[in-house]
Amino acid sequence: MAHAYSPGLRVARQTKIRKERRLPLRGEVLAAVGDRVQAEAVVARTELPGNVQTINVANKLSILPEDIERHMLAKPGDWVDEGEILAQSRSFFGLFKSHCKMPVGGTIESVSEITGQVIIREVAIPVEVNAYVDGDVVEVFEDEGVLVETEGTFVQGIFGIGGEAVGTLEVVADNGSEVLSPDVITPSHKDKIILGGSLVTMDSLKRATEVGVRGIIVGGMGDSDLRTILGYDLGVAITGSEDIGLSLIVTEGFGEMTMAKRTFDLLASRRGMKASISGATQIRAGVIRPEVVIPLDRVAGEDQEKARRDAPSTGLVVGSSVRVIRVPYFGRIGKVTDLPPELQKLGSEAMVRVLGVEFEDGAHAVVPRANVELIEE
Amino acid sequence: MTEGVDLNKDPESIQTIVATDCGSTTTKAILIEKHDGHYRLVNRGEAPTTVEAPFEDVTRGVLNAVAEVEDLTGRQFIRDDKIVYPREGETGTDLYVSTSSAGGGLQMMVAGVVKEMTAESAQRAALGAGAIVMDVIASNDRRQPYQRIRLIRNLRPDMILLSGGIDGGTTTHVAELAELIAAADPRPRLGMAYSLPVIYAGNVDAREIVKDRLDAKSSLTVTENLRPVLERENLQPARLRIQDLFLEHVMKHAPGYSNLLEWTAVPIMPTPAAVGSIMQLIAREEEIDVVGVDIGGATTDVFSVFGEVFNRTVSANLGMSYSVSNVLAEATVPSILRWVPFDVEEADLRNRIKNKMIRPTTIPQALEELMIEQAIAREALRLAFIQHKLLAVGLKGVQQERTISDTFEQTESGATLVNMMDLDILVGSGGVLSHAPRRVQAAFMLIDGFYPEGITQLAVDSIFMMPQLGVLAQVHPKAAMEVFHKDCLIKLGTCVAPVGVSKTGDQCIDITLEMPDGKTEKRSVKFGEMAVIPLDVDAKAKAVINPARKFDVGAGRGKEIHTEIIGGVVGVIIDARGRPLILPTDRGERVRMLTEWNKALDVYPENRESTEV
Repeated sequence: MAHAYSPGLRVARQTKIRKERRLPLRGEVLAAVGDRVQAEAVVARTELPGNVQTINVANKLSILPEDIERHMLAKPGDWVDEGEILAQSRSFFGLFKSHCKMPVGGTIESVSEITGQVIIREVAIPVEVNAYVDGDVVEVFEDEGVLVETEGTFVQGIFGIGGEAVGTLEVVADNGSEVLSPDVITPSHKDKIILGGSLVTMDSLKRATEVGVRGIIVGGMGDSDLRTILGYDLGVAITGSEDIGLSLIVTEGFGEMTMAKRTFDLLASRRGMKASISGATQIRAGVIRPEVVIPLDRVAGEDQEKARRDAPSTGLVVGSSVRVIRVPYFGRIGKVTDLPPELQKLGSEAMVRVLGVEFEDGAHAVVPRANVELIEE
Repeated sequence: MTEGVDLNKDPESIQTIVATDCGSTTTKAILIEKHDGHYRLVNRGEAPTTVEAPFEDVTRGVLNAVAEVEDLTGRQFIRDDKIVYPREGETGTDLYVSTSSAGGGLQMMVAGVVKEMTAESAQRAALGAGAIVMDVIASNDRRQPYQRIRLIRNLRPDMILLSGGIDGGTTTHVAELAELIAAADPRPRLGMAYSLPVIYAGNVDAREIVKDRLDAKSSLTVTENLRPVLERENLQPARLRIQDLFLEHVMKHAPGYSNLLEWTAVPIMPTPAAVGSIMQLIAREEEIDVVGVDIGGATTDVFSVFGEVFNRTVSANLGMSYSVSNVLAEATVPSILRWVPFDVEEADLRNRIKNKMIRPTTIPQALEELMIEQAIAREALRLAFIQHKLLAVGLKGVQQERTISDTFEQTESGATLVNMMDLDILVGSGGVLSHAPRRVQAAFMLIDGFYPEGITQLAVDSIFMMPQLGVLAQVHPKAAMEVFHKDCLIKLGTCVAPVGVSKTGDQCIDITLEMPDGKTEKRSVKFGEMAVIPLDVDAKAKAVINPARKFDVGAGRGKEIHTEIIGGVVGVIIDARGRPLILPTDRGERVRMLTEWNKALDVYPENRESTEV
């Protein structure tokens, strides 16, 4: 058994999916255990503390910081409207007044006798969290959110941009190797999530945004196009907050990449169903990969697959299904035939641990173990 | 921490040592054993770091890496998903230690009153403790208070170091900074439930003021002022507090660390702190000036010791896997392409780099892929070194006395302490350098990333184990040093690089080496060329170096040097491409030159297309 292997991305026909829906700060939970919720339903709500402004009252009034309190017309905790007088001073027996007005409406947070500074907190910013997937609330995290459970198809992508989106899945490519052309995107795809083939071009993205497509699932995209969409070179793969008008999920990688047949066929079989997708990607600690969740009706007869957490992966063994994730065999799928323990020399002359693989067409190859991922069901 | 062998009583009783480094991409395990009274590296294993789903437990990667060592040695170190410790006969280990930079390492914000003074000292304190400094807030940073508050809130550091004011000086600005931090009400990156650690290391007179403002809103620790008087830094107490809090707060909230903490004999050290201690050791033992680099997947750390002054910087977003795309963003495509010795389209290069970013644990199988990775590494090293030179200035180190005028002069001029002509040795560590299939590739990457001048020794960490030896040196210096010298530090040789420029083909340098066997090697190298003269590891040759009129190898332009040169696995590399190094802008010409240099040094195999395994 080999220990050094990359767990693959999940492509599951039907599995139990649990989604934690948490607020960024404590707040109010609006759903209870047992509730059946729609993806769009708000399940928790809170208010983020408003932006903070500072104003140095002592400087403005030309007074000493330690005298600030007796010049203040409001105290910590008070709300003061924009333009209202916050503090004032009198001089020459009260003949001349100078005052300090509120630059914005807000609550007085603190008054400092050392710096003469007053901190004002603006109005709170409401934040709502929706259920994201159709399902059942199975747990409530007090004041924080809920755990929504559903059964359905679950597909992880490798990279995405844009946040969460929910819509009906439509298929616009015949197979995973077809480049997504702008011509196949029509006004009927408004508010839909579309499944393309091997590559989304800049023109297709523009067209999709124009007609109001909510999401695109595709095999690959060009990095040059990514740069054009974002307006900058993406340095570190932390995405999800981009405002590009839709969510994009790339299943294979950068460049023209045929979508794995299994992934394409599975998603294509869910045509017309409601899908929840998230483009958020974080390739750092606590990795987040983009995903597609398609809840299925529980009475549908397909066998439920056990969630992977219930059946931990056995690792890389002879017979494991793997996909090569780097050139020259990028994207090819096969079965492990050999796991030699000793190091072997690559074309690059690096000495590494390798494995033998037999591809679906019967061809054999030897690849570094680091360059395959297990195909996870 | 586990009770095991009492190291204070009998370090000699230690027979077997397992040490791991949990990097952002891979977890590396090494096995050290004592044979005939000497400690030697026996084997190593590695596995992907497992802070990600589905594992979300760093110990899984540790066990996988140690299991690789088990596979290779046929020995057992793991039972019931735990490292067997202390050793039971042939099973388990006497000592287990670990470093970690997984989970993005330690990410801090620092704050101080004057950007060039206390804030810069605070930055150095944090960097020296192995942290990544996400931002520096200062009263004179020209940002509005609300902008500073937003920054603190959005960046979500693991910890904040607040300094400011010399003892007895103003308290107002410190109070202002404390008020900003309190207003931001910062939340830590990991875990919702615990409050953010804040260390106060500023003016003693402001301690109560800071407590009033921050005690309720953070987990506040007060320590000695890191700049008690203008002309002296006292960074050590703050550094120690940072490392304590790193373990107490940050690591305990990272996935699986609480388990790993229980396994290790001494506290887990941040990887950069461990590598830094090894670099200082090299400088101290040999009494030389050192520049070291550890190029990882997410970050690149640069260390320097010049005249006993130690500096460390981290380039948080320059690395070869997670951060590889950021190297492209910062260096730009043309800068990377200039090192690639064949034609490659920009779109193709971009896609290759992004594919490495999204699948960070993959390695180049084909030669072309390796060449591209090594081109990127050159740029990552170059950019990280530029950042280092910018921060390795002025007041450095602990207890260093200076006059006030020095202080102003150094901070204002920003004169770097790094002098490449004075540099004695350049040491590289990190996957792309340590695992380069030919050692000459590591040497070449170091030369192109750092541009050494004059005469400089080059060395590389054999299999990327400086972090583990750094932490081991804290508990078992003898074992750490024996393994370091015998198995870790690979001497590559010496680079002779004349400073100056001329026309391609002009005479640049003549070098005569009197070899240990009595033979004489003479070489005349023209401007724009590279050459290598083999000289064995640790072999010494008497050298007479004659630079041409426009060139300087340390004694001045055109001045001859008589010196001793030390060999290595590569030998003596003569780099007559000039300093500053200017590559041809014409694509065809550039590829031709790169190919020539690669051939002269035998950097790559002849058949570039080969994709055989």
